[in-house]
Amino acid sequence: MAAIYSLYIINKSGGLIFYKDYGSAGRMDTNDSLRLASLWHSMHAISQQLSPVSGCFGIELLQADTFDLHCFQSLTGTKFFVVCEPGTQHMENLLKHIYELYTDYVLKNPFYEMEMPIRCELFEISLAQAVQKERVSLLGR
Amino acid sequence: MQFFGGTEISPSPPVPTASGNNGNMMYIFNRNGVCLLYREWNRPLKTLSSQQDHKLMFGLLFSLKSLTAKMDPTSAEKGNLGVPQLPGQGCSFHSFRTNTYKLSFMESPSGIKLILVTHPRTGDLRDSLKYIYNLYVEYVVKNPLYTPGTPIRSELFNKTVDQYVRGLGTELAVMLCKKPSYVCVLAD
Repeated sequence: MAAIYSLYIINKSGGLIFYKDYGSAGRMDTNDSLRLASLWHSMHAISQQLSPVSGCFGIELLQADTFDLHCFQSLTGTKFFVVCEPGTQHMENLLKHIYELYTDYVLKNPFYEMEMPIRCELFEISLAQAVQKERVSLLGR
Repeated sequence: MQFFGGTEISPSPPVPTASGNNGNMMYIFNRNGVCLLYREWNRPLKTLSSQQDHKLMFGLLFSLKSLTAKMDPTSAEKGNLGVPQLPGQGCSFHSFRTNTYKLSFMESPSGIKLILVTHPRTGDLRDSLKYIYNLYVEYVVKNPLYTPGTPIRSELFNKTVDQYVRGLGTELAVMLCKKPSYVCVLAD
């Protein structure tokens, strides 16, 4: 049973630049994942407008019936979010770690074009390791 | 279908879980998106007119619901994104949290949407929303003078909801709520 279902990275204008599935039921085609990503971007922005007090930075955690969605927004507006089992802990740390990997392996890659889909082998490898480690630590609970 | 365990209003509301969590505001929408009730307790920041605000809130909930229905990782057959769904159909959500507030959401089988906005560190409010739904059934639906689909103008309902939400999280108020005050009110 997968603790983490999928990972999305969206750029500051809501375009999906990275998507990885770790075992959700049913296939999601590329168009659907793009649409979901931009929908999330808008919902994130609207949630800031509806805040009763000032200083809102958008949704951090969405608790649905069958999954939790944890979102982390970097200072530059890039959003990272994972879909995981309800009640999964330490997702904020995982997201921050993924952000570090992103800065190290994607942003420092001279061939990477900003705001474009991520195609970096090293990033994918270290990401797989990070998620694997997270899953192992979850199994060890 | 018995949905929330009988029509009898539960005599003792669920005990709130966290502390220091006075509510910010509450919305009730019907299935058509009409705002039946808006209550506000603590809202220093207001950027929109109330009508725009209600529209935005309903739109947010509607879209988040279609997002969760499409994203649901446990079901293989999810349909297309944005296809309207009946209440109870598809994967819904019960709360989301930002750094400044937490929004708890409940939808009844008839499409009544209850939204409670509270402090971000509030615990699970699903039982509290069910209790408020019970209040709605008792004070609004059972009121013969109420026309369905129109804004709720029941002083009694407002007062009871205010009292309940203000009490969320404070020990004293929990005790007050445990006293079945609605019985006295109905007997008047």
